[in-house]
Amino acid sequence: MSNGQDTKSFFLDEDEIPFEEGQTIIQAALTAGKYIPHLCYHPEFKPHGSCKLCTVRIDSRTITTEDGQTVKIPGRAAASCTTPAQADQHVESNTPELLDLRRTLVQMLLVEGNHFCPSCEKSGKCMLQGLAYDLGVMDPHFPQYFSKREVDASHPDVLLDFNRCILCELCVRASAEVDKKNVFSLSGRGVTKHLICNSESGLLGDTNLAATDKAANVCPVGVILHKRHGFEVPYGQRRFDTAPISDNPVQYAPVKEQV
Amino acid sequence: MRTANSSGGDAGEKGAIEAVLSRHGHDAARLMQILREVQDDLGWLSPSVLTAIAEGTKLPRARVEGVAGFYHFFHTEALGAYRVLWSDNITDRMLGSVDLMARMCKKLWLKPGDVSEDGLVSVDTTSCTGMCDQGPAILVNYRPVTRLTADRVDTIVDLIRHKTPLDQWPAEYFAVEDNIRRKDALLSHDLAPGDALRALKSPQEVLDAVKASGLRGRGGAGFSTGQKWDFCRNAIGSGANPAHYVVCNADEGEPGTFKDRVLLSSYADLVFEGMTIAGYVIGAKTGLVYLRGEYRYLLEPLNAVLERRRAANLLGKSILGQIGFDFDVEIHMGAGAYICGEETALLESLEGKRGVPRKRPPFPVTSGYLGQPTAVNNVETLASAALIAAKGAAWYKGLGTAKSAGTKVLSISGDCARPGIYEYPYGVTVAQVLADCGARDTQACQIAGASGLCIAPSEFGRRIAFEDIPTGGSFMIFDNSRDIFEVARNFAHFFVDESCGFCTPCRVGTTLLANAMDKIHEGHGGEYDINDIWRIIRTLKVASHCGLGQTAGNCVSDTLQKFRPSYELRLNVRDFEPAFDLDKALSKMREVTGRDDPGAHFHIAHRKSKSGIGTKAGDPV
Repeated sequence: MSNGQDTKSFFLDEDEIPFEEGQTIIQAALTAGKYIPHLCYHPEFKPHGSCKLCTVRIDSRTITTEDGQTVKIPGRAAASCTTPAQADQHVESNTPELLDLRRTLVQMLLVEGNHFCPSCEKSGKCMLQGLAYDLGVMDPHFPQYFSKREVDASHPDVLLDFNRCILCELCVRASAEVDKKNVFSLSGRGVTKHLICNSESGLLGDTNLAATDKAANVCPVGVILHKRHGFEVPYGQRRFDTAPISDNPVQYAPVKEQV
Repeated sequence: MRTANSSGGDAGEKGAIEAVLSRHGHDAARLMQILREVQDDLGWLSPSVLTAIAEGTKLPRARVEGVAGFYHFFHTEALGAYRVLWSDNITDRMLGSVDLMARMCKKLWLKPGDVSEDGLVSVDTTSCTGMCDQGPAILVNYRPVTRLTADRVDTIVDLIRHKTPLDQWPAEYFAVEDNIRRKDALLSHDLAPGDALRALKSPQEVLDAVKASGLRGRGGAGFSTGQKWDFCRNAIGSGANPAHYVVCNADEGEPGTFKDRVLLSSYADLVFEGMTIAGYVIGAKTGLVYLRGEYRYLLEPLNAVLERRRAANLLGKSILGQIGFDFDVEIHMGAGAYICGEETALLESLEGKRGVPRKRPPFPVTSGYLGQPTAVNNVETLASAALIAAKGAAWYKGLGTAKSAGTKVLSISGDCARPGIYEYPYGVTVAQVLADCGARDTQACQIAGASGLCIAPSEFGRRIAFEDIPTGGSFMIFDNSRDIFEVARNFAHFFVDESCGFCTPCRVGTTLLANAMDKIHEGHGGEYDINDIWRIIRTLKVASHCGLGQTAGNCVSDTLQKFRPSYELRLNVRDFEPAFDLDKALSKMREVTGRDDPGAHFHIAHRKSKSGIGTKAGDPV
């Protein structure tokens, strides 16, 4: 093991990944240019680990039984965005089991909301869609919920289409941590969990959200859209049309704080 | 819309809110208690009430709404002056709750979940209320009514129609029995209040005794209590108000368990004494009981016990005259959320937030309530700790098995002659328990609740112990007349209702699992659906954020493996049939037109028999 004096490292699949103290597995991996699929993780925010797309297995073991057979004992599964990296641990990400798990999770999100990609403004730059393509999700598989969700067009500059919400809470975190406005929050629980706005009427138009707020520009899917800006880049020339979501992982690496 | 409970006018509303807020010092961490008490006064939490509470606690309004929307017992819509909730555990169903609820709804001209036109009453279901040995049970405005019969339902309907206040209902309706059938070391203790405290030596010695006793957590996880206290004692409080806390987890929500209710009803002194001892060991001055909302009726009796203990100098400053031994206990009410039994979700709830489990590490022993070192222990664990402090570690260690010291209190319900509370030394076999409670022709036992194990007769020789069958105490019995598939389906729906919704696998997976079970129940299921079920269970187990999701598939996977025929019976289609049911899709139209003749149905003939392929839609059977 090539353990330098200062830099610690762990193994991700077969690659050695250096990390700094305090980094989580996904943060170290992305910094090192190794992609781990994710949705609720965002380089500018403290990871919170709800989408579970970044699930990895840690320290699986292979043992030889008395009759000479080798048996693999799977390591513990954990969200790599919230699990601190530790020296010399062996992390598996690109295995058939975990890829299948991620496809299932994407399918779960696809049936939970109403995702009509062909007419969505975010098609081609949507993280959920991009991830589905990259993972090879061919269909939603499970029965659709067809849940009824309203659209909120009350704000002069910003539109909310709750049909596409994947409950990643990025807008909640952005509004609380960056904008200091607490415009968004969550209510309900389980199957009734949903995004709410910080006003007695429940309408976005009655909050103090501005189109320039971080919260208005962080949505990985097509919930928070800017009015009067639609289809400015045509389908076919968009972000994930030109390169898959897993391309250039360093773009998702945590933003170094300026000292 | 106002309910009969609400006071008139905005001024009255404002006054009521302000009174509650000042009682709690406008403290945002006390939001749960504030919401509950305001709701008690005003009937429900209207949008303007939430705004006022948000302003009073200086919280973002959306956060207050988010908390109110999380808990089953907070309502942001008016639900009537009388809110009836039927406990929907499988044991209640086995005692006839489904028919009785239908009877109640019919007599009140109500649909489940709806509020009557006059705003008088709503009827709905709720998760297990912990009355399984005396069901079917309901909560009326959060007060339990047990042993429902058709007669009781009819009387209750009349009482509601005549708007009779609950205090004037027959007192026996609200009677909750202990039903203690077998006592062992804990339940037959002969300690007077204070005995365990008078026996205390130095904190280190007490800690050593608890460690030596081998006491492990009785909530189900089985972590060493001594070790937990040791970690917590060594952790250092931080911030402006460093402190240590003792938290008693009385959020007994696992379907089929009710032993904590009995301990809190009849052994409260021992529980509080255990908390005081925990405080003594870890250096805490404050203990908090998180009492589940379903046990609201225990709040006043428990507060009376606390008062008595304060008067006897068993709580408060300088306990028993020992300078520096200060400890007091406060009771916090939950509001209907099974997930809050998970210790980190419980801590979130105690802090006035949505009951979403935290990421671990850090563990509560270093960063718990308000970020301070906190020992979270089950009711039974704390009572047992008091017993150990009084009677010594060696005596306790001698009970039970080598790896599971002491005794376990079981909550037994379902098909047996004598349901109730049974205390055994660890190591007792399932068969022995079944014989003692008078169970006959037993087909299966569900041990440790909906998230636990389903045991078939070939396994009845197994033992209740951490090394074999660990359990928090739930023990439900099903005889040969029961349909095990329905048991699993009931539990699958329980997890849909109780998932917090934080992580994708649990939020969506629990619903997909219940839907697949419903599809099979309705006769549309095939091998394809069984394969899907396995895939969902795998996803739940591997990827879920906390124990709820990880174990939510256990009931289905256990029964699929051990009671496959009860599934096979229903697999009408060999390969695949879509879940979308054309006939069901017409039900709205049938409702509107009032028709139910064959012509208003789609492909009845086709659905009823496999040989019906080729018959035309609407053909009579």
